[in-house]
Amino acid sequence: MTAPTLTPPTWTATPASPAATPAGPAATASHAQRITGMACRNCGLAQPLAVAYVCPACFGPLEVTYDYDVIAATLTRETIASRPPGIWRYLELLPVDAPPARSLPVGSTPLLRGDRLAPVLGVDRLWIKDDTRNPSLSFKDRPAAIAAARAVDFAVPALACASTGNLAGATAAAAAAVGLPAYVFIPADLETAKVDHALSYGATVVPIDGTYDDVNRLCLEIADETGWGFININLRPFYAEGSKTLAYEIAESLGWRSPDVVVAPVASGAMFTRVARGFEELAEIGLIERRPIRFVGGQAAGCSPVATAYEAGTDVIEPVRQPDTIVRSLAIGNPADGRYAVELARDSGGSVEAIADAVTAELIRDVARLEGIFPETAGGVTLGAVAAARRRGVIRKDDEVVALLTGNGLKTPDARTLGVAAGVGLAPVLRPSLSAFEAWLEAQS
Amino acid sequence: MSTVRIPPTLRTATGGEKLVNVPGGTVREVIRGLVDAHPGLESQLLTQDGDLNRFVNAFLNDTDVRHLQALETHVGDGDTLVLLPAMAGG
Repeated sequence: MTAPTLTPPTWTATPASPAATPAGPAATASHAQRITGMACRNCGLAQPLAVAYVCPACFGPLEVTYDYDVIAATLTRETIASRPPGIWRYLELLPVDAPPARSLPVGSTPLLRGDRLAPVLGVDRLWIKDDTRNPSLSFKDRPAAIAAARAVDFAVPALACASTGNLAGATAAAAAAVGLPAYVFIPADLETAKVDHALSYGATVVPIDGTYDDVNRLCLEIADETGWGFININLRPFYAEGSKTLAYEIAESLGWRSPDVVVAPVASGAMFTRVARGFEELAEIGLIERRPIRFVGGQAAGCSPVATAYEAGTDVIEPVRQPDTIVRSLAIGNPADGRYAVELARDSGGSVEAIADAVTAELIRDVARLEGIFPETAGGVTLGAVAAARRRGVIRKDDEVVALLTGNGLKTPDARTLGVAAGVGLAPVLRPSLSAFEAWLEAQS
Repeated sequence: MSTVRIPPTLRTATGGEKLVNVPGGTVREVIRGLVDAHPGLESQLLTQDGDLNRFVNAFLNDTDVRHLQALETHVGDGDTLVLLPAMAGG
């Protein structure tokens, strides 16, 4: 494999300091020029920027709109290279006026060669986008940072979210950084590590006796009543844009080009579809050559409404009422962007794969022992999707594949041991003597 | 008579009303009754075939009607139907 320049920009100063961020508003096209407002994805109705997510005409989703000619005239590879690491280096493609005065150091995570894992998955050229390293240990810091920045602009009284776990920590951390109270709504049976993580940032965690979809439905109603800024509800048009930065970073790490295949986990489908849009935007403004990219999604077999629709050849998503999987971060039975995710996979020549929990756990162990990266359950699903799409022929053996590992395994510590005896690799407690050690070592051979 | 809870996006069409009492024995009949009482809601809630717009989710007593009998789900006196945008969460 030819190794392009993969060294990510080095974090040398906190981007929370405006002085350390040359990508200020003076260096960019103004907000009024490059951000043109919001529009309904379904009917196209234009709307002003606001804490809003629903088209008043057709109930379709609102999305932020840009003038790409203005962006292309100002944003160059050299401009980006001159900026500090982090998501704000791509400011012109994000729905904020300027880098916020306070935010966490999100993004610029490494793209790593997966040469030892690649044969396990049946591919020759594997890159791993290691997004386990963000401040709250998942990719959710990206969309949370954008939504939090906008929440400050809109002067909402509190940040909130409905979460399967990763967004809980990301929202809580982002709220701490911008000085807003945080309310995190979760299914009551979520992994303890994720609950503790959100609590540690000072958030109020509200467990709900139900599935994620129950939590989400309740939060829609709460958002209407409270005026709080729900990161993935009434701030969703801004939140979703944050995931585009994964595409920008992958392209930059590859020397400003796109891979053959991108493989990502699918929960709501928001990240999966926005990564595709990120590559499309880079081509639109001339930063990369426009080449076909196949997009492969991964879901847990115990909650796979998007994969089911893909297999059935339809774009109608039949919701899953009761998810049954260890992959809690993907356990969304009623995915908002599911239809768009199916369309993306199908139209790009990709696929959406359903991965059994046992395979997920095995691949978590494999990538940890072979590459030194420990992902949470969604990462195991993503790697399972690489192998499944390879077997299906969607991925060819010599394709250049980028797999997105989007959360850290410390969030789901029990998943690793599914299907294996507990304590494998763990020695018994030894007396602090060399003879005791030597006796134990001898017994191993 | 059941109660339909109207989300803010739709309240312009109901004259600002948040809760609307509507007769009807099924979800379909209740939504039809709501639209008849407030015609401005029709294009937002229903397709030309009379089905629910794919961007609208309906919950009867907090359960997604797609997990019940969809639009043919029985609605009783005192039940609450909530209409919410589908594009949220995740």
